[in-house]
Amino acid sequence: MTIEITDKTYNGEFVKKIEEIGGKDFHKCMQCGTCTGSCPMTYRMDISPRKIIHLSKFGLKEKVSGYNTAWICASCHSCEVRCPRSIDIPKIMEAIRQVTLRQNINYIEPSEISEDILHDLPQIALVGCFRKHTS
Amino acid sequence: MDICYYPGCTLKTKAKNLNLSTISSLANLDIEAKELSRWNCCGVVPSLASDDLLRLIAPVRNLARAKEEGYSQILTVCSMCYQTLAMANQIMQEDMEKRDIINNFMEEEGDYSGEVKVVHLLGFLRDEVGWDRLKIAVKIPLVGLKVAPYYGCTLIRPRQVGIEPLESLTLFRDFITAIGGIPVDFPSSTECCSSYQVVSNPEISDEVSSGILKSAEEWGADILISSCPLCEYNLGLRKREKKELPTLYFTQILALSLGLDEGSINLELNSDSAINFFKEKFKDVLC
Repeated sequence: MTIEITDKTYNGEFVKKIEEIGGKDFHKCMQCGTCTGSCPMTYRMDISPRKIIHLSKFGLKEKVSGYNTAWICASCHSCEVRCPRSIDIPKIMEAIRQVTLRQNINYIEPSEISEDILHDLPQIALVGCFRKHTS
Repeated sequence: MDICYYPGCTLKTKAKNLNLSTISSLANLDIEAKELSRWNCCGVVPSLASDDLLRLIAPVRNLARAKEEGYSQILTVCSMCYQTLAMANQIMQEDMEKRDIINNFMEEEGDYSGEVKVVHLLGFLRDEVGWDRLKIAVKIPLVGLKVAPYYGCTLIRPRQVGIEPLESLTLFRDFITAIGGIPVDFPSSTECCSSYQVVSNPEISDEVSSGILKSAEEWGADILISSCPLCEYNLGLRKREKKELPTLYFTQILALSLGLDEGSINLELNSDSAINFFKEKFKDVLC
């Protein structure tokens, strides 16, 4: 995977937003990959948690927002409890999701969920999902 | 004794088996679970965004009402309610700025500063009932039953609100031993079941859940127990083609071991594999 990084690809507003919502700690990331090794969902992510943190530091908004990584994260905190730099990675994932959701863009459309599935699911699945995946 | 009880939404609807087995078991142990007289949904998942205070209102309202009703503790059994209430409580205890904004926003409730302790039933059984007392109360010890305890995520992470330290998980093991079963440690005991991803990404959810059940089975478990309606849905109730390990709420095997009737266990709300397993294994007990 080759990604072009220049002064023109750096989106300072995006980095500021991530800092505001998720805190500045992600700048301390040393790219050890413990988060990726701890994540039970990595294998279904477009790119790993380690890489998404790296790309966020470089302000690559379109890339970071375009990958499914933050949407697949279920905030299980496995990465956070093991991070040697004490970075709250689920918080960064939340910030990445929020950057998209606050533009009124949903990851899932509740109206498209079939009646059968709606009746089958426990309430906490729906409320949890709508809170994390809709604006 | 009595304890303020917060059931949460799903325990009143899809997870009545978790609710009734909890209340009946506590009653059997001479503890009245007094439901908080007015409660609302906790919000299920804590918002992790630093600037999102609105989503703290729902859990804090429940805690403030528990305080108003004179309680020093609030008991939950749903793992997700536990985490959401505990994380909101921590913010109200430690973040003065956010606390003031939230207290100013809530007009109906009195000021709240994290005075009520959020307690999960497993910790309550250890600290308030005690394993020795529980052992004495057991009428039908689950002798020989190999039980895999599934913590999942929200009971133990983040570390600050976990019901016990991640490095020394003993609560479930001691509980299983107290009711006569054999605890089966397995590698996926603290792995995420995929949670609400079952709505957005069901295929991923099925893969992850099957992996957890397979792990417990490979390590010799007869059944898997949890305390979360979403874990129970993902691992047990959700229909998958392959017949897998039976799953139950820990409160159901508690009720069973205390000799409570079927109406307290509500096995009919579990998966077919759980129903069949228990009807076969405990046919003399369950009519």
